[in-house]
Amino acid sequence: MQMNKTPMPEQDPRVRAHNFEEVATGYTAEMAIQEAQRCLDCRHKPCVEGCPVNVKIPDFIRLLKKGDARAAYDVIRQDNALPAICGRVCPQETQCEARCVRGIRGEPVGIGRLERYAADTAMAEEAAGEAKVNAENAKARVAVVGSGPAGLSCAGELNRMGYDVTIFEALHTPGGVLVYGIPEFRLPKQLVRREIDGLERAGVKIVTNAVIGKSITLNELLEEEGFSAAFVGSGAGLPRFQNIEGEQLSGVYSANEFLTRVNLMKAYRFPEYLTPVRAGKRVAVVGGGNVAMDAARCALRLGAEKVMIVYRRGEEEMPARREEIEHAREEGVEFALLTNPVKFTGDENGSVTGMTCVRMALGEPDASGRRRPAPVPGSEFETEISCAVIAIGNSPNPLIAQTTPGLETQKWGGIVVKGDTLATSVPGVYAGGDAVTGAATVILAMGAGKKAAREIDEYLRAKNGEDAKA
Amino acid sequence: MYPIVKKQVLNEEVSLMEVRAPLAARHARPGQFIILRVDENGERIPLTIADFDREKGTVTVIFQKVGATTKLLDQKNEGDSLADFVGPLGRASEFDGVHRAAVIGGGLGVAIAYPQAKALKALGARVDLIVGFRKESLILLEDELKAASDELTIMTDDGSNGHKGFVTDALRERLSAGKTYDEVIAIGPIPMMKAVCEMTRPYGIKTIVSMNSVMIDGTGMCGCCRLTVNGETRFACVDGPEFDGHQVDFDGAARRGRMYRAEEALAVETHICHLTGEVR
Repeated sequence: MQMNKTPMPEQDPRVRAHNFEEVATGYTAEMAIQEAQRCLDCRHKPCVEGCPVNVKIPDFIRLLKKGDARAAYDVIRQDNALPAICGRVCPQETQCEARCVRGIRGEPVGIGRLERYAADTAMAEEAAGEAKVNAENAKARVAVVGSGPAGLSCAGELNRMGYDVTIFEALHTPGGVLVYGIPEFRLPKQLVRREIDGLERAGVKIVTNAVIGKSITLNELLEEEGFSAAFVGSGAGLPRFQNIEGEQLSGVYSANEFLTRVNLMKAYRFPEYLTPVRAGKRVAVVGGGNVAMDAARCALRLGAEKVMIVYRRGEEEMPARREEIEHAREEGVEFALLTNPVKFTGDENGSVTGMTCVRMALGEPDASGRRRPAPVPGSEFETEISCAVIAIGNSPNPLIAQTTPGLETQKWGGIVVKGDTLATSVPGVYAGGDAVTGAATVILAMGAGKKAAREIDEYLRAKNGEDAKA
Repeated sequence: MYPIVKKQVLNEEVSLMEVRAPLAARHARPGQFIILRVDENGERIPLTIADFDREKGTVTVIFQKVGATTKLLDQKNEGDSLADFVGPLGRASEFDGVHRAAVIGGGLGVAIAYPQAKALKALGARVDLIVGFRKESLILLEDELKAASDELTIMTDDGSNGHKGFVTDALRERLSAGKTYDEVIAIGPIPMMKAVCEMTRPYGIKTIVSMNSVMIDGTGMCGCCRLTVNGETRFACVDGPEFDGHQVDFDGAARRGRMYRAEEALAVETHICHLTGEVR
């Protein structure tokens, strides 16, 4: 029996560090069958428990063993609206694969890789949308605010139940963080588009260029526009800065800005695409999460000669996936660990030219359980940079909370929901994903979207029942 | 797609466009802006709302042909459509307690100052409107400006209209003659807004400016439009675009505004023919 995962073909790091093509190129049919055969199809299915949306993993892998990717894809789609995306960006190592029995001795089954294979293969054969016909549900219209993973998943699930769903997106392209945040080389935008097309074919309506709270308020949707319920999946789109000297200099970007320019606006193809971005030769990316890795790897591909991750704790404490850290390192990203910027300096034009950092030492564990970093006195040093990207996290965007009377939020901006129900303080309004939890993962947001869809279904059924009695 | 229902050339540099965009028109108010994209390869640029018609579902913007995007935009005509048009964004102007106002506009800023003057006048305020242009041939919206003010002063840098000088010269004259205002609104190039603020500061007159920062999403997501106001970082897109001018770090804002000058030149080089002004 093969102890390790069937290796995933990848572009050579020296080549891929200079292009925006996808890093991992995907299994062939033979590789997929070989990997699928590693699944023991065990009776207690711990992997399913490990998945935030409970994909029927052994069922779809059983179909892959027979080479039926199309049927496998349909099985995944029953629980997951966006399989091609999850197969690529889910942290399987802490979820489904972490529970896999094969992982006790050797490596777990490459569930993510198989999910990706099934989706890519089936989608190449053009996936058909499937909305269940439900005359009663079809009468109720549900508004979904935000077209990121939470909103898409919620809309997909409600659509499957037969509801009439409209997604409102503030940007000009649907997908949220999948299109503005995650780079092309990790998640091709064509693929996101195809997944969303599938939802549209199944009957989900998408209105772009609609900023809920500005163009139209949540209350108007519910009271004037005929929506019976709403889901808010507006994400964590408010960038944090360190509030240190020099952050206003040109060339100091929030990760959101840097990644949006590159991914959504395609600045890497400037001037064919009109949005510019300026990384220059020496780029510092501040932070240790997946977003920081994405920004660093984009900077390399924009032509930077030196890209360094500047992180105040050690590698062990980095929140990024190991795979992302490894990919970044292979491509030539350097790591300045236990290091924190204290000041940016610039030239007479106001462009950033340097950064002063301080060395850090780890002390006692803090609330997150990670050891708290503290500056080492007198350890300041300067380094030359042409660009800095601040990737130290995002807070929920306050626009909807500010414009929806009665919608309660936490002090830090997260929308308050009642326990497991994902119901907000406004009747009929549910929320999930980063807007509730603060920045987390694609699949957790999708899990919340799916859960909210079921809660909305229950809410609408109860409401209908009352209306019928009245 | 967002159809252009009206296009009007206001002068050799500035055009007006009325665009059908019901979601942007629905809640539009003076002081707010929209973001548009000309086509699929386009960048997102913010333009202040010059006028709106909720019944017709249209928003009017006025723009100056300064960069690749505005030059491409100017190639579009009535009957053409824009790829994207989203709004209204930013906070609306607040006019509470303003009974006597000086509204000051410079260059394209005149087009943005005009709806402010119009709104104040409609609320019953006395409005002195002081506008400045480089030369007489660039003067725009003269009839509209007259209608929106109690007293209109038009200055030209070269004196070609008979009033040589800057808008600050006209303001200085009024302030030293003892005129008082509840509020001064200054909209135009950063050096002009800064000069107006320095002039009103000793008089203690509240002075509002509108910051035309570089933006992408316009909803607070990217932080590209950040500037320093009263020592704190603020986002022009959600906290502004209007700020108390006495607290704005104009020099910092000007430096950030210049960041992509070289790229802008390259974009024009690539997309616009220098001889004909046509799109390549």
